[in-house]
Amino acid sequence: MSLLNRSPIAPLEYTRRLWMRAWIGATLFFLYAPLLVLIVFSFNDSKRNIVWRGFTFKYYGKVFENDTLVAALGNSLTIAFLATLVSIVLGTLAAVMLWRFRFPAKAGIEGALSLPIVVPEICMGVAMLVFFARLDWPSDLVWPLNLSAITIAHITFCFPFVTMVVRARLASFNKEQEEAARDLGASEWQTFRDVLLPHMKPGIIAGALLAFTLSLDDFVITFFTSGPNTITFPVKVYSMVRFSVTPEVNAASALLILLTIILTTVALKLQDFTKATA
Amino acid sequence: MTEKQPVISIRNITKRFGNMVAVDDVSLDILEGEFFVLLGPSGCGKTTLLRMLAGFEMPSDGQILIGGQDMAGVAPNRRPVNMVFQSYAVFPHMSVTDNVAYGLKIAGLEKSEIRHRVDEALDLVSLGGLGTRMPDQLSGGQRQRAALARGLVMRPKVLLLDEPLSALDAKLRAQMQFELAELQDNVGITFVTVTHDQDEALSMASRIAVMNKGDIAQLAEPSDLYEHPANRFVADFIGSVNIFEGKLTVDEPEQAMVDCPELGRVFLNHGVTGAHETTVWVAIRPEKITMLPAGRAKAKDSPADTNIAQGQIKGMSYLGDVTIYDIRLDSGRSIRVSRPNLSRWDQEEFSWDDKVSLHWHPSSPVVLLS
Repeated sequence: MSLLNRSPIAPLEYTRRLWMRAWIGATLFFLYAPLLVLIVFSFNDSKRNIVWRGFTFKYYGKVFENDTLVAALGNSLTIAFLATLVSIVLGTLAAVMLWRFRFPAKAGIEGALSLPIVVPEICMGVAMLVFFARLDWPSDLVWPLNLSAITIAHITFCFPFVTMVVRARLASFNKEQEEAARDLGASEWQTFRDVLLPHMKPGIIAGALLAFTLSLDDFVITFFTSGPNTITFPVKVYSMVRFSVTPEVNAASALLILLTIILTTVALKLQDFTKATA
Repeated sequence: MTEKQPVISIRNITKRFGNMVAVDDVSLDILEGEFFVLLGPSGCGKTTLLRMLAGFEMPSDGQILIGGQDMAGVAPNRRPVNMVFQSYAVFPHMSVTDNVAYGLKIAGLEKSEIRHRVDEALDLVSLGGLGTRMPDQLSGGQRQRAALARGLVMRPKVLLLDEPLSALDAKLRAQMQFELAELQDNVGITFVTVTHDQDEALSMASRIAVMNKGDIAQLAEPSDLYEHPANRFVADFIGSVNIFEGKLTVDEPEQAMVDCPELGRVFLNHGVTGAHETTVWVAIRPEKITMLPAGRAKAKDSPADTNIAQGQIKGMSYLGDVTIYDIRLDSGRSIRVSRPNLSRWDQEEFSWDDKVSLHWHPSSPVVLLS
C-alpha cells in the first residue's frame, strides 16, 4: 500500500531515483570505505594486518614510542607552522596589492601567483630539488634551520591559497568604509589596521588553516626537498609502508586524518562566517 | 541676523577624468549654517564636487577654501569636514559606540571626554541606549543615524552628506527629511547634501544648486527654483512641466505675449526680458492649468483667445491625492494637467476621450530664454 501512496517523483527529486541512488552510493563507497578500513585496522591486534584479530589501542602507543616518527611529526608541525606564518603575511599582502592597485602586467602577475596551485606537484618537487641543489643550499644545519628548504618550498605553494581566500573576502569590502575612516582622521596605516584588517580577518584565518593542512600532509614536494635528517610525517609514513603495512602505519595515518579533518572543518566554518558577514 | 560668512568657497573648480569633464569651472559660496543641496541627475558632477570638498578627489583646476583655508594638498583626514556616506559605511566590526567614538579616539581625546561626546551625539540622533548594538543589529534608518552621529560628534565646520536618504524606504525617507532639517537647525553645523531626489532637496534645503553636465544650471532657494526656473533644464528637472516653443510678439513692461504654434497665444501679466520676435519657451506646471468640459473654459484676466486651449483626454493616472491627465491638444502636442481630488468623486468627472478645454492664469506661465 505504502508504495502506491507515494507521490510521483518530481523532476528535481534526483535522490529518489534508483540509478541516482546507486551512483551516489558507489561514489561514497569508493571514497570512504578505504579510509574506514584504514581506521578500523589501526585497532587490529595483528602484526601482518591482513586478518582481523581483535581490538587494541597498542599501535597508537607504538606510534608515540617510535622516536623517528615522533620527530617526523615534530618536523611536520614546525614546517607547517612556519610556512603558514610566512604565507599569511605574503598572501595577505599580495591579495591587498591585487585588490587595491592597478599596475602594468597585473593580469600576468595574478596568473603567475596561481601557478603554484595549478602546476603538477611532481614538477614543483623536481623543480625545487634542482633549485636547491643548484644553490648548494646547506642541508646539514642545526634544527630547525635544516628545515628551511622544505619550509620555503611549502611557502611557495601555500601562500597563493591564502591570497585566493583573502582576495575573495576583499571583494565584499565596501571601500566607503576606508574613506569613512580617513574622513574621521585616520592615517593610511590606521585605516588598514582598524578597518581593512578586521574585514580580512576571517579570510586570513581560513587561509592560514588551509595553508597549515596543505603543508602538514604534503608528500610529493617534501619528498624531493627533504634530506635524511629532515624527514616529515608523510614521508616517514611512506618509508614505513615500504617495509610492511603494520597497524602502526594505520594508526599514524588515522592520526594525520584526524588532524586534517579538524583543521579543514574549522577552515570551512570560518568561510561560512565570511559569507555570512559579507 | 548677522551677516553670514561663506564657510566654503569654491572658486573655478574643474575636475577632469581623462577626457571627461566631470565638474566644469564651478564657483559658489556656501554660507555658515546653511543646509545646502547639490541637486542633479546622475553623472552631473555633484558627487565629484562633494568628494573634492571631502578631499577624496583632487580638483584639476581651481581652489577650494574651507573656513578661509586653502584645501589644496590637504588630505581627507586633515580637513575640518566630515562625511556621511551613501552606504553609511558604518564599521561592521565595531559597536555603535565604538563607531561614533572612532574619530575622537584617533584624535587622541581623553576617555571621559569621548564618552561624554559620544553619548551626546547618540542622544542627538535618538540612538541613546543602542550604543552596545552591532551595526547588523540595526535597521537601515538606525544605521544612518549612527553614521550621522559619527560625523556630528567630530563637530566639523561642514557635514557632507552623499545621497543620505536614498537607501531608505519611502515612508522613512519622508520622516528623515524632516529630522535631518531639524537636526541641522539644532546643531547649527553647515550641511552640504548631494541628492538626485528633487523632493528631498526642496523639503530640506535652504539653498539648492541644480547641476547639469558639470555646471551649475541654477542656484536658488527651493521655491524660486520651482516657480522661477532659470532655464528649461531646471524647469524640467524640478517637478513636472509642460514646455512649448514660441515667439515673443508683445514685450511691454507690464505685459507680454508669446505665440506658441502648438499651444496658442500665451498672455503674461508681467514683462519679460527678451528681444522682440526671439524664440522663447513657455513653461507651465500641470497643477497651474485648469481643466473644464469642452467649451466651458474662460481665461480670467486675459485677452480673448489667449491662455486657453482645447484638447482630448488620452491618458489618466490616478494617484490618490491628484489625478494626472494626458491631454492631446488640437495641435497634436500632448500636455499634462494635474487635478487635485478634493472630493472623493472628483476623479470620476472626466474619462478617456472626453473633449476638454484648458485655461490658466496670466501669472502662471514662465518664459524661459534658454
